[in-house]
Amino acid sequence: MLGKLTFDALPFYSPIALTGAVIEVGAGAAVLGVVTWYGKWRYLWTEWLTSLDHKRIGIMYIALALVMLLRGFSDAVMMRTQQAIAYNSPGYLPPEHFNQVFSAHGTIMIFFMAMPFLVGLINIVVPQQIGTRDVSFPFMNSVSLWLTASGAALVLVSLVIGKFSTAGWSAIAPYSELRYTPGVGVDYWIWAVLISGVGSTLTGINFVVTILKRRAPGMTLMRMPLFTWTALVTSVLMVFAFPALTVAAGLLGLDRYLGMHFFTNGHGGDMMNYANLFWIWGHPEVYIVVLPAFGVFSEVVATFSGKRLFGYKSMVYATAVIGLLSFTVWLHHFFTMGESADVNIFFGIATMCIGVPTGVKIYDWLMTMYRGRVRLEQPMYWTLGFIVTFVIGGMSGILLAIAPVDYLMHNSVFLVAHFHNMLIPGSVFGYFAGYCYWFPKAFGFKLDDRWGKRAFWAWIIGFYLAFMPLYVLGFEGMPRRMDHYATAGWQPWLIVAEVGAVVIAFGIACQIIQLVYSIRHRHELRVTSGDPWDGRTLEWMTSSPPAPYNFAVIPQVHDLDEFAWRKKHGGRGPEEVRFGNIVMPDDTGVGVILGGLAFVLGFAMVWHIWWLAALSGLGMLAVLIIRSSEDHDEHLVGADEVRLIETHAGLEAAE
Amino acid sequence: MTDVTLGRISDAALERAAAEHARDEHELGFWIYLMSDAIIFALLFATYAVMVDRTAGGPPAHGLFDLAHTFMETLLLLCSSMTFGLASLSVRARNKDAVLFWLAVTFVLGAGFVGLEIAEFQGMVAAGAGPQRSGLLSSFFTLVATHGLHVSMGLAWIVVLGLQVLVRGLSAPVASRLYRLGLFWHFLDIVWIGIFSVVYLPGIY
Repeated sequence: MLGKLTFDALPFYSPIALTGAVIEVGAGAAVLGVVTWYGKWRYLWTEWLTSLDHKRIGIMYIALALVMLLRGFSDAVMMRTQQAIAYNSPGYLPPEHFNQVFSAHGTIMIFFMAMPFLVGLINIVVPQQIGTRDVSFPFMNSVSLWLTASGAALVLVSLVIGKFSTAGWSAIAPYSELRYTPGVGVDYWIWAVLISGVGSTLTGINFVVTILKRRAPGMTLMRMPLFTWTALVTSVLMVFAFPALTVAAGLLGLDRYLGMHFFTNGHGGDMMNYANLFWIWGHPEVYIVVLPAFGVFSEVVATFSGKRLFGYKSMVYATAVIGLLSFTVWLHHFFTMGESADVNIFFGIATMCIGVPTGVKIYDWLMTMYRGRVRLEQPMYWTLGFIVTFVIGGMSGILLAIAPVDYLMHNSVFLVAHFHNMLIPGSVFGYFAGYCYWFPKAFGFKLDDRWGKRAFWAWIIGFYLAFMPLYVLGFEGMPRRMDHYATAGWQPWLIVAEVGAVVIAFGIACQIIQLVYSIRHRHELRVTSGDPWDGRTLEWMTSSPPAPYNFAVIPQVHDLDEFAWRKKHGGRGPEEVRFGNIVMPDDTGVGVILGGLAFVLGFAMVWHIWWLAALSGLGMLAVLIIRSSEDHDEHLVGADEVRLIETHAGLEAAE
Repeated sequence: MTDVTLGRISDAALERAAAEHARDEHELGFWIYLMSDAIIFALLFATYAVMVDRTAGGPPAHGLFDLAHTFMETLLLLCSSMTFGLASLSVRARNKDAVLFWLAVTFVLGAGFVGLEIAEFQGMVAAGAGPQRSGLLSSFFTLVATHGLHVSMGLAWIVVLGLQVLVRGLSAPVASRLYRLGLFWHFLDIVWIGIFSVVYLPGIY
């Protein structure tokens, strides 16, 4: 009846796992309790969970990302603590638990922190930046969100019911096969990745179509703001890369569930095929998470330098070339598989090539600031911290692109230092810059400046302390993923790294304080116009927070920095201010239902509860058929209502 | 068309314009989905190519298949693509009965294809050449069954849209959905030609 699920799945076997589970369940229960206490269920359901408004969907994505950041970061602190004390001692984490922790850390940070964060930013900003009222497929947008959330929920549940994978975030085969890892952990990983992967593919389709089909009149491709360009390339990458992840995880699932032999050891399995399939997705994924951050930096640098972005065209081409080249370098993730030197040389050179457009971007940002009136607001802090730190990561990447060097460095903590050196400044700093840059757009008040800057300093100092020692340790030959070691010389460096993690924890604490403080002082931090930063692009033309339809009158675009152009040429554009009726999508709970059913399906498959899996699968199909037969899923916002909203917003701004 | 002009026209016209734009977007979105799906098939083809010699002492690819059987499958699927084309022409001619008729014929041909495929799979499993036997057979079953599963989904979709035509007639949204189903159906035809050429022909000759 319940498949493999028994009471033994609860974490009473380990006090540490039990503590984690209690904290997680407690936090969840606290959230539910608070919502119930304030009687906000109806509000939450009608205004948020069922909303098809791209801005609200974006905010929910980012809320998910921040929650998962806390969870993923806790895993990081656990690992650093273990390694700081585990010299000639077992530390406090048993090996199997340590393996779960690093697997969960990577899985969460990539799939459920970085992905929802960037998709959230794209959701909030892109439609406004291209001067449209919504995405092309608002319902599908909601489905994407809830599929992502249900994947995240599966990972969270694995802490309480059963165990998570020990096979690393990439579920490396054949270790992840049934023969070596018979538990449910890898199955949790497979279903979390498959379900959220479908969500990401749908997001990609949605934004490719939105950006190609919904730009305001006059906005040619070469007049698109750079963030929109990076969103477009990232969406294209999602459409074409995520199928590879689906295939890799799907075939691994077939091996585990139906006894097939794709990646098994023996019976004709080919484990290196798994590495190929996974990294055919995995490398483009690096650029999926990095490019939108590059877009944020481009917007921020231009705005806070009071200048047009330097070398806009070169930025666009660099973005597109990075997108293209990202599909030609996947093999550098496993140079040591034993392919011929020719193959390794091809991928090594391709890897070095991809550094060129990235370098172009760095110079473009520097030149944008050159002779600009630079204002050092919070988003600029993250941007400057990124530029300096990212270049170091790029250098170590060029080292690793040389296959013979990679033979020495692979699987060492040098690699760990390298990719964190890329992804923390290159994507997380970018998301944070975007978070404080667009926060007043989404909510109508700014985030407190002092706590924001404190957070920045803690993050960047903590980053250097946490990861520079790993470069040294890598040179000293320390392998990654060690739960204990016997080399005395490593320990001091690992203690420094632990201190770094603690400093980053202070940064995160500052961000939490910043959010709470800003909400409490929202009246003082309120922005009086839609344009608190003297912005240059269309999203600053809407009110803050924007009306559900963003623009009462769709703007006519004349220039790359359309809003700056308008401010220079005196006031509004040439459109006649005459309000018309606006067609908007109806809100619907179907997205939540599909996400919920997907979660049940994943959970049932993990625990081999076949009847429940079949039931939820059929349920999803039925819901989809009913929804797809719906012809009238839109409503009109009348011209009078639009006038009312716009006048009201104008009055508030005037106050 | 700007909203200034939209403000002056009737609500019905506004909704029509929005709906038309939405259908345009749906069709582009569906093309992009198909490209994404094509990557899945491309990777399954690549996996088959990697696995084709990995027989693990089991039956090799050569001699696994029966040309007559494959020929029938191909014939059914290609003909169903043609009959779907006739259904599409009937949509354009606004002939509801003809649309329903050709959809029904397409369904029968497609169901015949799936039936033959299931029979083939059963025969192979009974002969000890099931998907658990070797890497080669795993990749064969997965590639061909993924296509078969797509065809089955297409069949369910034909039923759903047939009912919509029956109840709502050839309204603009229904016609747009039929157009997208057509893309899907012909796409599966192209994939099958790939399977026929990469899997079956080299396995027979």
